[in-house]
Order: sequence, then structure tokens, then C-alpha cells
Amino acid sequence: MMAKQALEYRLRMNRRRFLSRLSLGIGSAALGSLLIPDLFSGKSNEEAILEQLPHFAPKAKRIIYLFQNGAPSQLELFDYKPMLREKFGQDLPESIRMGQRLTGMTAEQTKFPLAGSLFNFAQYGESKAWISELLPYTAGIADELCIIKSMYTEAINHDPALTFFQTGAQVGNRPSMGSWLSYGLGSENKNLPAFCVLLSKGKGNGQGVYSKLWTNGFLDSVHQGVQFSSGENPVLYLNDHASVTRADRRHMLDQLEALNEEGLREFGDPEINAKIQQYEMAYRMQTAVPEVTDISKEPESVIKLYGPECLVPGTYAANCLLARKLSENGVRFVQLYHQGWDGHGNLPAEIKGQCADTDQPSAALIKDLKQRGMLDETLVIWGGEFGRTNYCQGPLTKDNYGRDHHPRCFTIWMAGGGIKPGVYGETDDFGYNITSNPVHVHDFHATVLHLMGMDHEQLTFKHLGRRYRLTDVAGKIVNDIIKA
Amino acid sequence: MRKYQLIAFCLAGLLACLQFGCSSESQAESFELPEIISYNFDIRPILSDKCFKCHGPDGNTIEAGLRLDLPDSAYAPLKETKGAFAIVPGKPDESELLRRISSQDPDYQMPTPESHLGSLTPYQIELFRKWIHQGAKYEKHWAFVLPQKAPLPVFKTKEGLNNEIDYFIRARLKEKRLEPNPTADKERLLKRLAFDLTGLPPSEELMNSFLADDDPDAYTKIVDKLLDLPQYGEKMALHWLDLARYADSYGYQDDNIRTQWAWRDWLIHSFNSNMPYDQFVTWQLAGDMLPDATKEQVLATAFFRNHKYTEEGGVIPEEYRVEYVIDKTKTYGKAILGLTIECAQCHDHKYDPISQKDYFSIYAFFNNTKELGFEGDILVSKPAKKPVLTISDDDIRNMMQFINKKDSGNIMVSVMGERDTLRKTYLLNRGAYDQPGEEVSPVGLQSVMKYDTLSLPKNRIGLANWTVSKQNPLTARVFVNQLWQEFFGRGLVKTSGDFGMQGELPSHPELLDWLAVDFMENGWNIKRLVKQIVTSSTYQQSAKISKKSLELDPENIFLSHAPRNRLKAEWVRDMVLASSGLLVKDIGGPSVKPYQPDGLWETATSGRGELATYKQDTGKALYRRGMYTFIKLTVPPPSMMLFDASNRDQCEVKRLQTNTPLQALAMLNDPMILEASRVFAQRLLESDTNAQTNIQNAFHRIVCRKATKKELAILLKYYDEQLALFQSKKLAAIETLTVGEYKHNPDLDSNLQAALMKTIHLIYNMEESIVKT
Repeated sequence: MMAKQALEYRLRMNRRRFLSRLSLGIGSAALGSLLIPDLFSGKSNEEAILEQLPHFAPKAKRIIYLFQNGAPSQLELFDYKPMLREKFGQDLPESIRMGQRLTGMTAEQTKFPLAGSLFNFAQYGESKAWISELLPYTAGIADELCIIKSMYTEAINHDPALTFFQTGAQVGNRPSMGSWLSYGLGSENKNLPAFCVLLSKGKGNGQGVYSKLWTNGFLDSVHQGVQFSSGENPVLYLNDHASVTRADRRHMLDQLEALNEEGLREFGDPEINAKIQQYEMAYRMQTAVPEVTDISKEPESVIKLYGPECLVPGTYAANCLLARKLSENGVRFVQLYHQGWDGHGNLPAEIKGQCADTDQPSAALIKDLKQRGMLDETLVIWGGEFGRTNYCQGPLTKDNYGRDHHPRCFTIWMAGGGIKPGVYGETDDFGYNITSNPVHVHDFHATVLHLMGMDHEQLTFKHLGRRYRLTDVAGKIVNDIIKA
Repeated sequence: MRKYQLIAFCLAGLLACLQFGCSSESQAESFELPEIISYNFDIRPILSDKCFKCHGPDGNTIEAGLRLDLPDSAYAPLKETKGAFAIVPGKPDESELLRRISSQDPDYQMPTPESHLGSLTPYQIELFRKWIHQGAKYEKHWAFVLPQKAPLPVFKTKEGLNNEIDYFIRARLKEKRLEPNPTADKERLLKRLAFDLTGLPPSEELMNSFLADDDPDAYTKIVDKLLDLPQYGEKMALHWLDLARYADSYGYQDDNIRTQWAWRDWLIHSFNSNMPYDQFVTWQLAGDMLPDATKEQVLATAFFRNHKYTEEGGVIPEEYRVEYVIDKTKTYGKAILGLTIECAQCHDHKYDPISQKDYFSIYAFFNNTKELGFEGDILVSKPAKKPVLTISDDDIRNMMQFINKKDSGNIMVSVMGERDTLRKTYLLNRGAYDQPGEEVSPVGLQSVMKYDTLSLPKNRIGLANWTVSKQNPLTARVFVNQLWQEFFGRGLVKTSGDFGMQGELPSHPELLDWLAVDFMENGWNIKRLVKQIVTSSTYQQSAKISKKSLELDPENIFLSHAPRNRLKAEWVRDMVLASSGLLVKDIGGPSVKPYQPDGLWETATSGRGELATYKQDTGKALYRRGMYTFIKLTVPPPSMMLFDASNRDQCEVKRLQTNTPLQALAMLNDPMILEASRVFAQRLLESDTNAQTNIQNAFHRIVCRKATKKELAILLKYYDEQLALFQSKKLAAIETLTVGEYKHNPDLDSNLQAALMKTIHLIYNMEESIVKT
């Protein structure tokens, strides 16, 4: 495994050189000395880095990240704060706010009236985790979850916060988490990309997503997230024109190869050979991808588990099921985004709808992975880009309120892949500040990489003279949430 | 994904290696050190890579008080090791540095294991030993020294030496024991030249006339002809659009429409009118501040306003205003100076002599505009942000006829404009907008070139003059290198965006300097420089790769043959449209929305704003050049992205060149290419029904050369098979032809047309079709 990855990397860096050797017919002995990073001649930094991978035994092999785009309210879902109900309408004390900068949406507000959740909570599982009545299915898998109530971030607006979570930096074209994993670990399936992206939308107030979230940044573009859809054309340009049969395509590619061989003979350029191979890979993808994305053969029990929505392409439920299938087929990182959590006003009604759409499929994914024996090696992450304020944005009434963005504390959960179930971190009675075990976004990234067998300080890429990493210059592994 | 096919080979290699052994010891004696060790070329790259992180220019992270970038510090007694010196010139054995880098003791060795920088190789250690032995002489960083014309290398014969470029290239080839290729055949040379000068395949007429012209000046005549075409400006503009991060939307969140395209029209025009580069830079940097600035000069400054703007409700305006100034600073540094000055935004530069204060001194030049951090959310979105240049129909008629306006009404463009009162600039601690430190004033980078405040005002005019001064060692080098990269795929300095110490050293330093000086001496004349490059024999070589050159120089750094580079994303599209006759050659104007797979914008949008749904254009707008395809930053055009176009999120000076299965899928199934194949077939059949003639013609237009007998045989056989399948109804001709909006000709035999269409489509998919060869 280690050797393979190192070789693969070296290969990529020196592809032309490598291909050229092949076309020269140099024997495998020469190839060997060419491929094995050689201390004497000085290996490139990246080779040295990837050669050491994994840095230690990985706990997880794959990741499915259920990103709840727009920032779900922790106060309605996991962070139970009865005191906020008691103090309904009272102003948030300055001693708690402590100069927290505010978004432009509430900066003009003269009062910050506390708003308790309209929803009831109960305790579930061995850890006695508080979970809202909005999430009955999630409550049912409480024993699988590590609920982290003490996440915090630096950004207070969606775009930078989302970009921060996905790339480790608020601005700029940095590689996404999935790209780093693809770079570090490669793919397990030669016919599918290592990093796939799935999009869906809820009915709540939405914030867009953008392709820079799954960009390869300065890494090679093979590490870019490939957008999949659960509809009829799962990958861009995958489907042949309606008039083209499989046999027809095969025949065309054979003629194409014959023509390209002519060019190879004349120019001796190894890239021509690579081009021939890429067409073959494309042809294989045309078979492999529809097989993976086809849910028609899933048994009734699975459809029932995810709910009937999973048969509707483009829904969150359909994407959860597709995520399981991609993961099962060796895709290293499946990234979902589900929009609609941005509850500035009408939060109670909107979050109800969002939970109705997502609760069952999220829990189904965990159960499904478990029943297939995959949960142990698949890390599942659920969460948004920041939290929401404990005070109301806009008018506060008995049965309606809104919440602004809150970076100082919010809740995510993780499951499977070496995660120790339980509840981690605490916030104060106002649900405003963290009181124990804070987890910064960089810490989160460091921990995820660790679970995948990588030291976040060592997984680097040199670009424009600087060694970049997902965790920038920070990040501490949260050992307490990792299974021994 | 291309890597997988090769893993089998790797494993074979791995096994072989285990068998034969690849230990470092077995080869340890065989390296040869250069006779004279150069600080710039041999030592500094290692220092920069392995040492400067803790012992370099960043004043905040100097360990043990030792700086290895300055001789005074490196030669001085060490503060933490009594009686020792890091470097004792002439005495390697007494130099602590050498002891540390060759130590295996984790508590003693350098770099430390915790730094994860990796230890030095035996070769590198020996370099240091010899360098210290030779006196450990420091030199100023090569790129910060004024370029000078070195004398031309001497050759016995002038054969094959078309101009100075060839002298320098041949000299290096000789050193490497490589020989240059002979001149490429005329057909391929013309294709290469046409794409390099216009981004389009040569016209049929041009191909025929060039082939028939036996005049020794035939090539030069073609060069002049192409340089005079308006498509030259379009071609040149594309690279600059990447630098300028040009896009048609604001980029954040709801990502609404903006109208910067009039600046793009100006850009094309300025290349076509061959505006000297110093003026070109001056106008873009400070056109608004020139005496009696014209609207055209103000329009040029839109270069600095093309970056993203947030319309997200609830942002803190100052945070974003600062972000915009940072973007301008970064773009200026990378695109024009070739420096990664943004590294000094949060701390002193770790590798280059640029302090955080230097950084904010450049930042200060851009900090005095009338720009706001936030003008409101999507509900009040306008197509330009303040300050805005309004261009009326009269303006276009009277002085800016190059603007291709489609409708009536004024055009709004975001441009630069100074405040009346000076906004003070503070160094921002950690680069954070709300952490102001000491006050700084605008001044150029002193380590590059002195900023004489007696002659240079402390504003963007001053910065422009400083930038295009002939005493500035970077500006000409950086541009010449970018241009070289356009033609050869790789700059003389490979890291075209980083001429600093962590950047790569030039492969041909004398040539780079010669070209830079010559460029300045000749009035920063861009067309002249282009002509110099394409008329060199180096450029005109054949692209055939010999075994010897593959072996000795697999990356073709020394140019023993012409490179075979794939066409840029936009030109793949242009090639298909032009060869099929579909291309609409209008220059400039607003961006257009051609075919795009369904649902891309819709699944990613918040649902707000004008760009929530993709409203595809119809008619002529479907067939414009790739550079006019609408760029919505949050969902850039997929067919462009697949072929490595810039996503325009940030200033980009160099595109990657990849070869992926997704590209193969796009070539096979993009409706634009299928439609072009259909229309091409239709046009050919309208004048002739002879299959062989039609296939030969199609091949000639697409690949830009005559098909060989063998190629023709393959294609004819394929055509015959397809025709038989269509005629026997095993394949559906009408269904095959059902693609694209371009009008059909019902009088044609659909079987013939479908068979020819599929044959043409096959030609489009040939590797050579999208490669300059």
C-alpha cells in the first residue's frame, strides 16, 4: 500500500519521463531505479512525503461527509438549553457576549432577546445524549454517534465559513479536504474518481454552494471533486448520444486507437499513449458509473430504510443512498451538501422541514453501513459551517423566531471509522460559549486526517515556495473521540 | 485517474528494484560537483528550502538569532553555541552548519526532525562543503539583479541560427550533448503558428497559399499576416484574462451578474494596436490618475476591479474592503512582478526579502480607492461597483470604437478611482482587518529596486513608473517569461508566478536576460518580441521526439524539439467551431451562454439573482469563441474546466495541462462537437457527395494537414461500415443527426450525412486534432 502510493505519486510527477522510458523499452530494472525514490539523487519533497504514507495504521478507509449547508441550529437539535426558555425575551448579558463581533444583519439590533427552543428534548443511548424531538431517527442511532457540542470557527459569514471548513482557509483556491485525501491516499477503484460530490436542496432558506468547495487548488486536477448526480446523467458528458450503442462506441474507439497509434509512431510522444488509455478509461466509466448509481436493484428493505424520497433523484435521501454505494465501491471521499439551514427568520417551521428531509436518511446511512459491516472503516460526518445565536434575530414571538450566525459554538456529529461514541465538549447555560473541550476547525481536520492514517503536519504540498497543508499552521488531534 | 493504468508497471519496477537493490550507498561515490559552486544556483535553493523557515528573512521566527540569508549573520559567532560559527569561509570543517547538516543525531542535526523539512542529501552536503571551501561567497538573488545582455555564444557556422534566441538555445543543447530537430514540415508548422498567434486553425486559403509559396520569406510573410489579424488580440488577451481573474459574476454566495466585458474589449484592442507593455501596465495600474485621463485610460484600470465582490447580507464591510485591497496587491505581485508577496501579508516573508511592512507598503498604493466593502445584498445588486465608469453610445462612437456593444443603454464598468482625502494605511497584524499596527506609507519593494520618493509620487502613478522603469529588474523578465511560456508551454523560469528564492532557477538565464533587455531597448514592443520567438529556428523545429532526447531530457527543458502541447480549453472549442464553419468571428462584446449540461447552475444556487438559472442563448451566440463563454464564478463553464481553464477565482499565471478520461468523455459527447460534426458533414455534402473527397477535406480542416494513406483507409472503412449500418437501419440516421440548433438541410440523404458526421466526429477525437504539433 505504502509503496504503491509512493510509486503512484512519483509516477505522476514524472509522468512524461516515466512514459518515455516505457516507450524506449527500458527494462524493469531501470524502471525500478527510476521509480523508487532514491536518496542519493535527492527526491522531491512530495515524493518524500507520500512515501511515508500512511503515517500510522488508519482507522478509517473512507469518508462520507454530510454537510448541512447554511448552518443548522444546534439549539434546536443537540445543545439542550432549558434556561433559554426561562429567560425568554430577556437580553443577552454583555458578560456572556464578551464583544463577539456580529454580522451586519444583527449589528444594528439594540436588543438581543434570548429565545429558547420551541422543541422538546430527551436523552438517548448510553451517553444519555440530549437529542431533539425533531430528530427521532438520529436519536435511534445515538449509540453510534460522537456528538461534539464544542465546535467553533473564525468566520461569521457563509461563504468564508464554508470555504474554511472545506479547505482549511477562508479565502483562496486551496485544495479541498477530499482533494487532500485523494492526493494522500488515491482511489480504491480504478474506474471511479477518489472524490465525489453530491448536491441537494431543502425547502429552508438556502445558501448556494460553489465549485471552489471541491477544488483541487494547486494539487493536480485528478484530485478535484467530481460532481455526481443521482439522475440520468450522473457524470458530465458520461452518456453517449441516444443514437450510439455500446458496440458502436467500442468500434469507434478501436478506429480511434488505430489512428492515434499512427501519431505515436510518427512522434514518439508518450502523451499519445496516455491519451489512448484515457479513452479506454472513459469507456469503462461509462459502464461502471451507471452500475454504481443505479438504485433500481436495491431491495425493498433498503428503500424502506432511507425512505421513499430516496427514489427521487437529487434528494438528500437519494444522495445518502448513492453515497453508500459510491463508498462501497471504493470512493475515498463522498461529499454531500444539503442546502436550506439558514434560519434567520421562521426558524421553527424551516428547521422542521429540513429535519423531515434529512433525519431518516442520515440515520439510515449509518444503519446501512453497519449492516454491511462497513461502518467500522467508514467515517461519517454530519454538520454545518457554524452555529446559530441564542438570541433572536428579528421579531421574537411565542411561536416564531430567527437566529443569526454564531461562530463560538455549534454541534456536529461523527460516527464509524475509529470514532468513540459519546458526547464531547460542553457549552454554558446560555449556549453561547464553550465551557469545556473546544474543537477548532483545524483540530477537526487534524483529527479526520489522523483517522485516515495521516499526520496533518506531514501531509504537505509545496506550492509557490511554501509547503501548504490542510491545517495551515495549527490543528490538534482530538484524541478523546478516537477509539483506542 | 490516469495513474491506474500504470500501476502494473510500477509494481514490476518495484519488484525489479528489490531484486537488484537500489541502496544509496552503492551510488554514493559517483556524483560530480560543479567546478565553481554558485551561491545563487547551487546553495541558495537548498538554504531557502531547508533552512530559511527558521533562519531566514522572517524577523518573527528566527531561531537562535541566526540568519543564513545574510553573510554577516552567518559568519558571526553563534549566540547559542559558544566559540562556534555557522560558516567559516574557507574552512568547512570548522563550520557548525556543515557539522549539523551532516549529523545523524536527532538532537543535533539540521533541519530538525520536528521541522519535517527532511535532511540534506549527500550531494547537497558536499555542495556546501565545497562552497564553504571556496570562500562561502554570497550573491544577490539573481532576479533582483538588473538583467544585462551577455555576449552571444560563438559558433563556427551560422546555419540554423535565425536570431539570438537560437544562439543561446543551441549553446545549452551543445553542453547537454543534444542536437536540435530539423524544421517541422510546413503543414504542421503552420498549424502551430496559427494557434500560437490567433488561437485558431489556419484558414483553408492560408494553408494552400503557404504550401504553394516557395519564397524563402514565405514563413515570415505568414507571420506578419497572422500578427495583423484581429484574432491575434483575442489570442493574446486570453492569458491576460487569467492573470486578471476576469469573470462575468461577482463570485460569492448568490453570485450575481457583473459587466466587466468592456474591459475585455479594451484588452483585445490594446494587443491588436500593439500598445507597448510599459504603457499597457501603466494604464491598468493608474490610467485613472494620468493627466486629463481619457475614458479609455480609466477603463484600463478595470484590471484591478475584476476580483470577487461579496453580496452576502450581514458581512462586515471593512473586512471585505481589506480583502479586496489584498487581492489587488496579490495580483499585482504575482502577475506583474512575479513575486508571491502575499506570503508577507501575515508575517515577514519566509524566503524572500519582503517584510510584512514591505507588503503593506505595496498594499497602501491600492488602499486609497473610493471602493466600498459592501454595497448591499443581491436585492440591490448592480452590474458594477463604485467607482463606476459609465460608457455611453457617444463615448463608443467618438473614441472607443473597439467596444462591441449589443444593445442601447450605458455600459457600467467597475474601475479604479482615488479618494480626495488620503486613507491612512496600517500594517495589519496577522493580516487581519481589525488588527491595525504601525502606520505605513506607499513605497515600492526596496529589495527589488529603490523607490525614489523625490521623483516618484507616493501613489499608483508612482508605482506604475517604478514598475516599468528600466531599472526594475523584474517587470520585463517576468513578462518575457510569460510570453515564452505561451509558446513553449513552459517558461524559461518554470515557476512563472514566482521569481523569488523558492521559485525555480531559469533554464537559460542569459537568454531570459537578453530577451528582457532587448524588449526594453525596443520600446517594450510586444509584437516584435512575438515575432522574434516564432521566427527563431528553435520555435520552428519539428516536434518529433527522438530516443536520445527522451532519455537525456524527457521534460524537453533544453528544447531539442518543439513541444507538443494540447490546445488551451478555449481553443479546443474554437478549433471545432472554426473547422466546421460554425464559428462566429465577432470580436468582443458581452459574454454568451452556449450549450451546457442541464441543471448545473440550478443545483448550486441559492435561488436568488439573475444567474439562478442558466438561460442558454440561441442563434449566433451559440458559436462564439471560447473566451466569450459566460463565466459564473461559483459554477464555471464545465467544458472549459475539464480542459484546465482557469476558474478565475484568483490571479493565475500558468495553467496545468492534464489528460483525463473526463476530457475524453467531453470530446465524445459534448453536443457542441456533435453538432459541429453534423453541420460540417452537411456543408461538405452540399457541394460534393464523394466520400473520399469529403473525408479528406474534413481531415485537412481539422488536423490541418493531408491525411496519410493509412489514416484515410481507416476513415474510409469506418465510413463505409457506418453507411451500411445506417442504410440497413441497424443504426438510426435521423436520430444521429438530431443534435444542436443549427438548421438542417432536408434535401440531403440522411444516411450519407450521418455516416459522414460520425467519421468527422472520429477525426475530432484524434489526439493530434487538439494538439499543437
